[in-house]
Amino acid sequence: MFLWVIQRDLLLAMRQRADVLTTLFFFIIVVSLFPLGVGPEINMLRSMAPGVVWVAALLASMLSLERMFSSDYLDGTLEQMMLSPQPLSLLVLGKALAHWMVTGVPLVLIAPILGVQFDLQTDALSVLAVSLLLGTPVLSLIGAIGAALTLGLRGGGVLVSLLVLPLYIPVLIFGAGAVEASSAGLGADAHLSLLGAFLLASLVLAPWAAAAALRISTE
Amino acid sequence: MAINWFKYSSPASFYSLAGKLIPIFSVIAFILFAVGLYISFFVAPTDFQQSEAYRIIFIHVPAAWMSMFLYLVMAGWAAIGLAFNTRLSSMIATAIAPTGAMFTFLALWTGALWGKPMWGTWWVWDARLTSELILLFLYIGFMALQAAIDDPRRADKAGAVLALVGVVNIPIIYFSVKWWNTLHQGATVSLTQSPKMATTMLTGMLIMSIACWMYSIALVLIRTRSIILERERHTMWVSELQRAT
Repeated sequence: MFLWVIQRDLLLAMRQRADVLTTLFFFIIVVSLFPLGVGPEINMLRSMAPGVVWVAALLASMLSLERMFSSDYLDGTLEQMMLSPQPLSLLVLGKALAHWMVTGVPLVLIAPILGVQFDLQTDALSVLAVSLLLGTPVLSLIGAIGAALTLGLRGGGVLVSLLVLPLYIPVLIFGAGAVEASSAGLGADAHLSLLGAFLLASLVLAPWAAAAALRISTE
Repeated sequence: MAINWFKYSSPASFYSLAGKLIPIFSVIAFILFAVGLYISFFVAPTDFQQSEAYRIIFIHVPAAWMSMFLYLVMAGWAAIGLAFNTRLSSMIATAIAPTGAMFTFLALWTGALWGKPMWGTWWVWDARLTSELILLFLYIGFMALQAAIDDPRRADKAGAVLALVGVVNIPIIYFSVKWWNTLHQGATVSLTQSPKMATTMLTGMLIMSIACWMYSIALVLIRTRSIILERERHTMWVSELQRAT
């Protein structure tokens, strides 16, 4: 059932490739906006790069959160999934992972190219990619809680952002911090370990909280 | 004498209990504020390093303590409301949020006012200030979520889930000065060691903290009464109350 949920979500995403690609291009555009705004001075851009890429990843991940549950909620599939004998948290985990595969993985793959625009060196680029690889699933998992809480509400994407961004902040701090630490020669191990810890904790706890939120939102 | 405390989990009986308690807490708060402010301004000695500006500590520290404490209390009541499906617990949690947000803002604002003369900067992105700012966002998110949901029971439960997810921030704020090398000073007052500040200053600070606590209780009770009236407006006891006034 778990694999079926992932397969189904991936299939639906592939049928509406536009959604997926819009998120990716939003990410690229936002990252490109910063040099235009702050000027092309390369040293400043290089020091800003991890933060800019990470903030853009946060925003891109957040904008696509509504897609996680709303279309299934609107046509009644979500209710059927909730009535199934499988634990709801497992289904939520599947949906969150599918969301990550569709929005997070493209970000991880394209981030090094964008990092080159900011003149990041190779080892910084690899730390950036690893930090995003560890951090983007956390964004999808925590985002699942926000998406579940705001299911069907007016206020839409802005409300989800307000709820979810404070919870994203630690991931942002340690993700961007990992790249900065490695550029400063201090080694990114501490930051990456904490990101790994966030990932493990959210893998266990976020689906459960999101499942509780789904039950509240659909009664 | 055994008091049946659960009698007060009904909004109707809690309404009258709260009505009797509000004047008591308000008076205590007023007296303690008067005493505390007197100590802060006239009794506590001038600090050796920080001269007179340090006196903002008498508002900053109580506000910061209340911001964290109220979040825990709010999350606690929200959890009880979620677990036991009681209306009143969630109403109290909803009532606490604006006061908690106010104290968080006050802590950040007075902290900035202290920071400018002392450290030369209004703000710095260290662990404690950042996590207190996140706390403000969590309070506002809680209020926004409850405002966006029309059905009050769904709003209660959704807010409870959000409050409980955010409660992990409180230990981070509290321990941030120990875990990170931050600009904000470490713990001067601890439960296990003797305090590192002058007794008069400590007394003033503690009195102000209790004053803020009594004030919060009074305010939360007032707000809870408003929420009870609003949500229970279709009941007989509320319409009788309206007819009586």
